[in-house]
Amino acid sequence: MENFILDNLELFYFVILAIFVGIEVIGKVPSVLHTPLMSGANAIHGVVILGAIIVMLNCNDNDYLNLSLGFIAVLLGTLNVVGGFVVTDRMLEMFKKK
Amino acid sequence: MNTLLQIIYLFASITFIVGLKMLSHPLTARKGNLFAALGMTIAIFGTVLIHDLEISSLKYVLIFSALIIGTALGWISAKKVKMTQMPEMVSLFNGMGGACAALISLIEYHHYIGVNTAVISILAGLIIGSISFSGSMIAFFKLNGTIKKNYSLPLKNTVNNLFLIGILIFAVYIQINNLPEIYTYILFVISLIYGVLFVLPIGGADMPVVISLLNSFTGLAAATGGFLYDNKLMLTGGILVGSAGTLLTFVMCKAMNRSLSSVIFGSFGSSSSTVSGGSGKELGNMKEISASDAAVLMNYSKKVVIVPGYGLAVAQAQHIIHELELLLESKGVEVKYAIHPVAGRMPGHMNVLLAESNVDYGKLSEMEEINPDFVNTDVVLIVGANDVVNPAANNDPSSPIYGMPILEVEKAKHIIVNKRSMNAGYAGIENELFYDPKTSMLFGDAKKAVTELVAELKQM
Repeated sequence: MENFILDNLELFYFVILAIFVGIEVIGKVPSVLHTPLMSGANAIHGVVILGAIIVMLNCNDNDYLNLSLGFIAVLLGTLNVVGGFVVTDRMLEMFKKK
Repeated sequence: MNTLLQIIYLFASITFIVGLKMLSHPLTARKGNLFAALGMTIAIFGTVLIHDLEISSLKYVLIFSALIIGTALGWISAKKVKMTQMPEMVSLFNGMGGACAALISLIEYHHYIGVNTAVISILAGLIIGSISFSGSMIAFFKLNGTIKKNYSLPLKNTVNNLFLIGILIFAVYIQINNLPEIYTYILFVISLIYGVLFVLPIGGADMPVVISLLNSFTGLAAATGGFLYDNKLMLTGGILVGSAGTLLTFVMCKAMNRSLSSVIFGSFGSSSSTVSGGSGKELGNMKEISASDAAVLMNYSKKVVIVPGYGLAVAQAQHIIHELELLLESKGVEVKYAIHPVAGRMPGHMNVLLAESNVDYGKLSEMEEINPDFVNTDVVLIVGANDVVNPAANNDPSSPIYGMPILEVEKAKHIIVNKRSMNAGYAGIENELFYDPKTSMLFGDAKKAVTELVAELKQM
């Protein structure tokens, strides 16, 4: 346990700071922007796609089960990223034309 | 570790933080979204192309075809979706992210059996990702109307909690005993079931809160991937969304005067039974008004305030209401919209809908701004809203919505309420406003009723 904490100490600092950054950056959001903000955040967690790509890169060429699962993972991750950003842009486009 | 890739990740992290910051301000929001998208794009291509691995062309073909198919599908569905269906679309995309995280864990587990820290993040990612996926899919089907009922098991809270505890114990058991990967598939399936049980009993009107919560779950799932690969960008993105999403969930709850636990564990939002107003007093008579009488009333007013609600969003009446507004203005009537923070199907959704139909941004008034104005308003036209204008929230301590901030429309000279029927709002409580002597009811579907009003006004 002690080792676990010491080994990952930097990571823990990183996580805690990131939590506060997350809270601070959206701290004063007006309620009009709740939906677009949720949608934008939704697109950002699509960053999970990087994990799917890393999985694919490290997968054995003859491991067909995991290659197919990885393929699906990259596909779903891309849907999350692209769909998320495009939908958010469409919502925000509405606000622009006054 | 490749320096160029790390610099790319660093840059992308900055775009995420700055992008979120810009997203929370109306003037910069659109640029913020595009900025984060730019960072994401560079990071994706960097990850695919910059590494020291020997990659077969088969794998490149697979990766790029997944990227291309995903982009095409995501782009088309995001472009085609109607503005009123935005909430379920967000839920669907969120589910995809959750499924992606769960799949990564399924594939990676057997590479790391026995490596404690890695297995913990893998199993955590698996559980959170699966719950987020199946929960989001249920939310999606509820919002688009495929699932209409709120299925509620007896003792559902107890069952759900035991289920969750069971999942956690099973995960620890897998980790301690270094069980083979087939067990992670079992964990995957039971986590999916939990996600279904978690969201199924929650009422449709509470879905935005649930989606926001699941959104932050997916963020956490992405962060567990960051732990596993020591990938700082996944960590930054995941944790940012995790914490910002959690805060947003609480802000939404507050705007509805609901606590998160009452959304999840259910009080009035999930029950279909009608809760009595509590006061038990006689509500009196209600009077109906015809479209032509309502049109006359508005035609001779100085100031009209429109209160759009959930019913307007469902009936897609946002374009016709704008036409009504223009028509009244051409007759010299001052028209404003009063927007309750939770009007529509999600907080802020009403603003998006009205913006879509070209309503001037300056005509939308927020609650605090418009409430003192109602005294000087001749006619308030309420279209498909109920609980957000229920005076019981201000004056009946026994009411379940007591304390919720509302639009104080009862101060206006006349109130016209358009509703489909006399059914209670989603809170299932009577609204004494409808029995107020100043109130007249205009029954019918929002789109049809407003279209009739427009037709009548045109003849005057």
